[in-house]
Amino acid sequence: MVALKMQLLLTFPLLTVMCSLCSALYFHIGETEKKCFIEEIPDETMVIGNYRTQLYDKQREEYLPATPGLGMFVEVKDPDDKVILSRQYGSEGRFTFTSHTPGEHQICLHSNSSKFALFAGGMLRVHLDIQVGEHATDYAEIAAKDKLTELQLRVRQLIEQVEQIQKEQNYQRYREERFRQTSESTNQRVLWWSIIQTLILVAIGFWQMRHLKSFFEAKKLV
Amino acid sequence: MQGFGVAILTQVIWAQLLLLGWARASELTFELPDNAKQCFYEDIIVGTKCTLEFQVVTGGHYDVDCRLDDPDGNVLYKEMKKQYDSFTFTASKNGSYKFCFSNEFSTFTHKTVYFDFQVGEDPPLFPNENRVSALTQMESACVSIHEALKSVIDYQTRFRLREAQGRSRAEDLNTRVAFWSIGEAIILLVVSIGQVVLLRSFFSDKKTTTTRVGS
Repeated sequence: MVALKMQLLLTFPLLTVMCSLCSALYFHIGETEKKCFIEEIPDETMVIGNYRTQLYDKQREEYLPATPGLGMFVEVKDPDDKVILSRQYGSEGRFTFTSHTPGEHQICLHSNSSKFALFAGGMLRVHLDIQVGEHATDYAEIAAKDKLTELQLRVRQLIEQVEQIQKEQNYQRYREERFRQTSESTNQRVLWWSIIQTLILVAIGFWQMRHLKSFFEAKKLV
Repeated sequence: MQGFGVAILTQVIWAQLLLLGWARASELTFELPDNAKQCFYEDIIVGTKCTLEFQVVTGGHYDVDCRLDDPDGNVLYKEMKKQYDSFTFTASKNGSYKFCFSNEFSTFTHKTVYFDFQVGEDPPLFPNENRVSALTQMESACVSIHEALKSVIDYQTRFRLREAQGRSRAEDLNTRVAFWSIGEAIILLVVSIGQVVLLRSFFSDKKTTTTRVGS
């Protein structure tokens, strides 16, 4: 009885500590399905992604950790559609990248499974957690490395937050300029198009009348 | 007696670890194709206060169906064709909560949806922080600045999404104007030349018949 209780005492905390992604959001993905997520971020921003996969076991009728052979292919594209990260990770992985151009980055995940029997008509459960910018910093690590007091660590967190706000506002200015350029271009195009259309109409009208007049005079109908 | 104490201790340790580890916020932006439905799940323990906030960034009339179910399948929140909403609830049972976004009513527009699912409070800065001790004035000032900055970042995100909406509409309009003006120029030319050719053909036939009758 005591031995059982000791077992319980040991397993529960171990379980919760081990599965660090236990509480993350999860979704189901098909065999050949590719799931993409968009992150619109300013430049020089770090993004950390953690994922964990589980496969449905029909015998036990529950989701169990996937076999080591089953991995996920992670592909990250920057706003200019250039691939900045393209790697295959195992059934559990962590990927990091830093943006060098501001804009919409695309993070795509798909499984590398080629054996269709592996999924057995079921789905793969993927736990995913993506942290951007200030949320990506590990304060415990910084506190240990720089030996900061509580107050210093709090102030460091505030500094990081304010830096993120600054970057976002800079990015906002760049986006607003692009928006203004697009609107100006539309305005120009509409203006030029209406002038050219009127000229084309008038020119065609003249040409039609002249052509028909000479045609009828040739036919001796006028 | 000792066994009983150990059992209690186990529960306390587990609850402590759970409380520390299960406070999270997930925000994702994804593309929802037409006639598609995308579901997300999260395991939540009883008593946690959770907030789901979503906004449609691009696509069509900027609306999407959203539905939130509890582990037993009861619908906690269901809205059709909403552009933006924020829903707060307290988990009444342990288990896997499911929320789905559906674009099944749309025939050809893809939608980009942003959502932010906050579970519990933010994790404390120090994992072994003793919450019982009072904070100094400096520390509580830092905490209030931190909360204010968090709401600034939230507003920034919402503003960024609205700006993305406006910008994608403007870019759409720009390309449409370009295509339309070129298309209309071509149509104008083709129609006017066609008119003249058709008119000429009427009179050409008549001339052939008259000459034949004449001779």
